Parts: sequence; structure tokens; C-alpha cells
Amino acid sequence: MAEESQQHQEFPSVVDRYFTRWYKPDMKGKPCEDHCILQHSNRICVVTLAACHPLLQNGKTIQSISYQISANCSRLQNKVSGKSKRGAQFLTEFAPLCRINCTDGDEYTVYSCIRGRLLEVNENILENPELLKEKPSTEGYIAVILPKFEESKTVTDGLLSQKEYEEIVLRRTNATPDTS
Amino acid sequence: MPLIEEKYRPVAQMLLSSGTCPRCVLRFCCVGTYSPYRLPYKDLDGEMQTYVAVSPGDTADPRWVPPCKKAKLDISIENPGDNFLIDSSQLNDKNDAPSLRSCNLCLGILQDLSEADFIKEIFQTVNSAGYEFKDFVFSVSLPAQMSVREHSTWLQAKQEMGKHGHPFEKTDVIQLKEAYKWITHPLIAEELGVQAVSKSSFEVAVVFAHPETDGDCHFLAKTCKDCFKPTKNKLSVFTRMAVIKALEKIKEEEFCASFSYPPQCPVTVCKVVDLQCSHASVFVAGRYNKYSRNLPQTPWVIDGERKMESSVEELITEHLMAVFKADSFNFSSSGREDVDVRTLGKGRPFAIELVNPHRVQFNVQDMKELQKKINSSDKIKVRDLQIVTREAVAHMKEGEEVKTKCYSALIWTEKVIQEEELQALDHTKELKIAQKTPLRVLHRRPLASRLRVIHSMRAEYVDEHHFRLYLKTQAGTYIKEFVHGDFGRTRPNLGSMMKTTADILELDVESVDVDWPPALDD
Repeated sequence: MAEESQQHQEFPSVVDRYFTRWYKPDMKGKPCEDHCILQHSNRICVVTLAACHPLLQNGKTIQSISYQISANCSRLQNKVSGKSKRGAQFLTEFAPLCRINCTDGDEYTVYSCIRGRLLEVNENILENPELLKEKPSTEGYIAVILPKFEESKTVTDGLLSQKEYEEIVLRRTNATPDTS
Repeated sequence: MPLIEEKYRPVAQMLLSSGTCPRCVLRFCCVGTYSPYRLPYKDLDGEMQTYVAVSPGDTADPRWVPPCKKAKLDISIENPGDNFLIDSSQLNDKNDAPSLRSCNLCLGILQDLSEADFIKEIFQTVNSAGYEFKDFVFSVSLPAQMSVREHSTWLQAKQEMGKHGHPFEKTDVIQLKEAYKWITHPLIAEELGVQAVSKSSFEVAVVFAHPETDGDCHFLAKTCKDCFKPTKNKLSVFTRMAVIKALEKIKEEEFCASFSYPPQCPVTVCKVVDLQCSHASVFVAGRYNKYSRNLPQTPWVIDGERKMESSVEELITEHLMAVFKADSFNFSSSGREDVDVRTLGKGRPFAIELVNPHRVQFNVQDMKELQKKINSSDKIKVRDLQIVTREAVAHMKEGEEVKTKCYSALIWTEKVIQEEELQALDHTKELKIAQKTPLRVLHRRPLASRLRVIHSMRAEYVDEHHFRLYLKTQAGTYIKEFVHGDFGRTRPNLGSMMKTTADILELDVESVDVDWPPALDD
């Protein structure tokens, strides 16, 4: 039994087991506002904030999260029905998902980053915004998106792989050694 | 005793003189016993001619010409799928005289196509298909234009009967199919050694066509447009049912104006365009264990590419298909497990429909041997393998909704756990959880939040990061998601209950609590 548990210490996490990580650095040209898309092997994508995102840095406190992205469009109004997810809002790469306000007055917008049907947004973070900071890549996710079947392979074309993203982060740290 | 009731004599005379065969005359004279139909054709023809010739009133048309005794036979069977090709040359050679014509009503069906030679040809083909059967249904499909010809003849016969004050309903006429069965069933029984019956799991279906007279129906399309609407999968709009419906609607005068009596005698006889043998599905049920964490339940194919070498379904059905010699199969089971989940205990109930099996007679001993063969695999084992009814399979599917299931899972926790902490889990009973459709199946299932019940749990400490959890749950509970929480989409989850991150390393199904199929002795 001891041997068994030793073996499982190295067990990959749920995200590692079933998802591929894709990154969009400096979204909309805003430095370090990196998004991370988790793509399941069944093509479903989960939009999350990358660990580098300024919102997740020390000293930031979330004041409010809003899925109301314009006067007449709220992501909370999204309803899907049936296997084919009829009625879903269709999102393009730069479609905003939510706005997050911090106590210091900064506002961040989270974007879709990929094309597809919006299946759900994470309502748990409205009740408990701390989830976003504590578990950004699991329980603090932003939204679930289903890309079109025929675009499931190409939908991540504009994003960076884990390896490419790590190189960018490394370059950033070298350029401005005192930011992290 | 006369062959035909006296009042029908004028009808018999009218029909015989217009080129109708003696057996069709019997039908239109409402002879409802089968023995006259079974008389040798030649003998019946002789008797019939004597009968009409010596009529008391002698109203026979002096120009009357006896109808042919033998019609030209033209059989060719086109059924590329099944190799049911009958060599018709033998049958054709006998009747080459061009002057010989077929009956204007049955188009040869009650003539040469009722003879022993033809039946022999058909059923030799059936025999060579290698089916196992105790009895069979012989079904016959006739060309639609026959209904038009029958209708015309009935109208004429009704008029003739009316002259003498006799009513004559269409339903009084003996159906052609009926007469055909009366004649052929004893011949088939002789050839096959088994009886034709009205209900059987084995069916021999013959489709006759008669291209020469296909045009007979066409005038109906003008008078009754809405009966003939083109539909998918139908080669012609003139289906038998559509023609019968149109005949019910059309006015007598209109019909007579478009289709004059008597119908012409064709030079050819009906040909067989399709001959199909089929056996009703046989259902085999049992319970299976799965001992591999690399074996899916059904073949796993993505974009036409195989992800795993084999499957539970294949390991079981390859043996069944080999002995039942079926065309195809449908596998169903009481739920399913993931590729990396084992199914232990008494196993999971399953049922397999074997479509069009050629071999069907298996006793208890045969089934045991079959089970043994399947169990030569080290990845799966089956038990209680048995032949069941279609209705019993529905029973398995009903059980799926209400059953409970027991699982055993190896859990990892991020934080260090104390043995005492686990006792809280042991005391959790009838825990209600809300599960959103798991992300891993969300691409093919509707999004919903479902309430599920964990009836009971029991934890066994392994080490400070691991324990084994035994669960008894309602059907349809996603165990993996209950443990890791699926991004917080199952609430509460084991992680939230223990205030840590939890993950599931191994999962086994310990029991599927459905009491079907019945257990068998070993």
C-alpha cells in the first residue's frame, strides 16, 4: 500500500489528465492580461485566467464581477437547450465575457479568446469571488465554450501552446527583472 | 358433386371465354375449399371445360377458345445481395410456344408458378441459405396491377350475377394469395419437410413482378391524383396499397371507361424479383465483469480512427456471431463504465440482439460452452449467459432507472488526512448532491443540473494522502465528478466536504443492483 501511494504522489491533476492548455498573452494589447483556455479532448473549452494575470497578483482585491457586458447583453441570460445546445450566444475571439472591478479602481475584462457557443458562465464566482484568486484554473473558471465541430482543431490556431507561452513569460522576466 | 355452385355458372363461362385460368375461375365462383385448387392443373381444366360446355342453358359463346394450360414461364431472380439466383433456363425451355398466353388475372401465379418444379427451385435456394428452422411463414408480394384486373373482373361478374338477381360482393371472391397458399403449402412441406404456418420466427418472402402489364395502373394517377404522391425509398408511386385505395375511390363508370373488360392475356408470367429469407432476432443476455483499465465497453472510434484495440462488446459478440451466424448485432447494457473503470462483483447485465441469425437452436449445455469460450479472455468474464425474449430485454432497461450501484474508489487528497476525519464520511447518509452535466460528456448531452443521492459511504484509511471510499449511490450519479468536483460543477463534492482538493485515482464498480437476467447454476 505504501508503494501504491508513493506512485500516486506524481499523479497528474484533473486538468493535466483531460485538458490541453492554450494561452492568449497580453489580451487586447494590455500587458500581462494573459488568458488560459483549457481544451478538453471532447473539444469543450474552459476559459480561465492565467496565473500571470494582474488580477491574481498579490495586493489585488476583487470588488465586483459582472457578466452584464453591455446595456442589453448579459452573459447570465445565456440559455442552452438540448444536445445541440440551441439558443446559445455565439462568441468570437474578442467577445467580452465579464468585467471584474478591483478595490483599487482597476477594471479588467475577460474575453472569450475562441469562437464557439457559450454553454455556461461560472456563477459560483459571483457569490464567492475569492475562488477566482484561490483556484483560477479549476473552480475559479470564467466560462465554458463549445467550438463548432468543424472548427475544433483550428479554433486554437491563434493561441500559444504551453511551451511557447513559457518562453514568452521567461522573456518578460528577463526584460523587466523586478516585475515578478 | 359439381365443382361450382350453379348460380355462378354464367360467371365461369364468361371468365373462361375471356382467358382466365380455371383456378381463378374457382376464385370468382367463390369456391372456398382448398381441394379443387389442388387438383392437377390439367385435370381441373378438363373438368371446368366439361362443366361450362354442358350448361343447361348453353349460353357459352361459340367463339370460345380454351385458355392456355401452360403459360410461358419467365423467371429470373434479381437479388445481388443474397446470391439467391435461380437458374430459370430449365423452366423456360419447356414452354416455348409463342401462342401460349398467361391467365389475365393471376398472370401465371396459379399456373406454372404453383407447380412443383417452381416451388422446388425456390426452396432449394432457401435450403442452401443454411437456416435452422422448425416451421416458417411463406409471404408473397404480388404486382399492384393485379388489383386493377381483379376489380375490372369483379365489376363484370357482379353485372352478370345481377342479371339473375344475385348479389356479388368483392369480398366474396377468394383472394389470390389465399388460393396460392392452398396450392403451394403442401408442395413446400414436401420439399422442406416442415410446415408453412401463419406465425413463425422464420420467413420466406417472395416478390413477384410483371413488367409487361405495369402500365395497367397508370390511368388511376389521372383520376385519383392524391393517392399517388411520390415518397422517399419507393421506386414507383404505384404501390399495392395506393392502387387499392384509388380503386375504392374511383366511380364504376369512370373505371369502366378507362379500363375495358376483359383484361388482355399477357405473353409472359410473373417473375421473381426478390427472394428473402429472414429469421427473427434472437436475444442473448448475461452479466459481464471487466478486469482491464484499458478496455472500453464499446469500440472507441474518433474520426474513423480506433483509440483502443478491443472492447467488452467485441470480446463477447465475436463468439456469439460465430455460432449464431447472424447478419449483425445490437449490444445493450444496464448502464456503462468508463474505459479505466473495472466492473467486479456479479457484473453488469447486458443483452445482445442477434439480427437474422442462421443458427438458433442452442440448449443449456451449448450456452455453457459458449460462455466458456468467451471466458478464455483474461480481460472480461461473463456469467448467466442465456437466450431471453425481446420483452425481457425491456425489463433490463426499466431497471436502469431505479437501481442502485456500489463503487469502490481510491481517493487522493491534497492535505494530510487523519483517520478520525474519515469517520464523518461513514456517518453521511442519503446525501443529496446537485450535478451539472460533466464537462467530459457535455459535448453530446444536454446541459442540466440533476439531483442525485449518495445513499451511504464508508472510508478506509490508506495513508496520509490516500483512502479507499466505498459508495452506494442512485443510478446516474457521476462518481468521478463527485470526488474531484468537476470545476465546482458538482456540489457538494468530496473535496468541498473535506475542505481540500480531492482526486480519484482508481474506480471499480462493485455491483449493479439489477436482478436480471436470472442467475444460473454453474
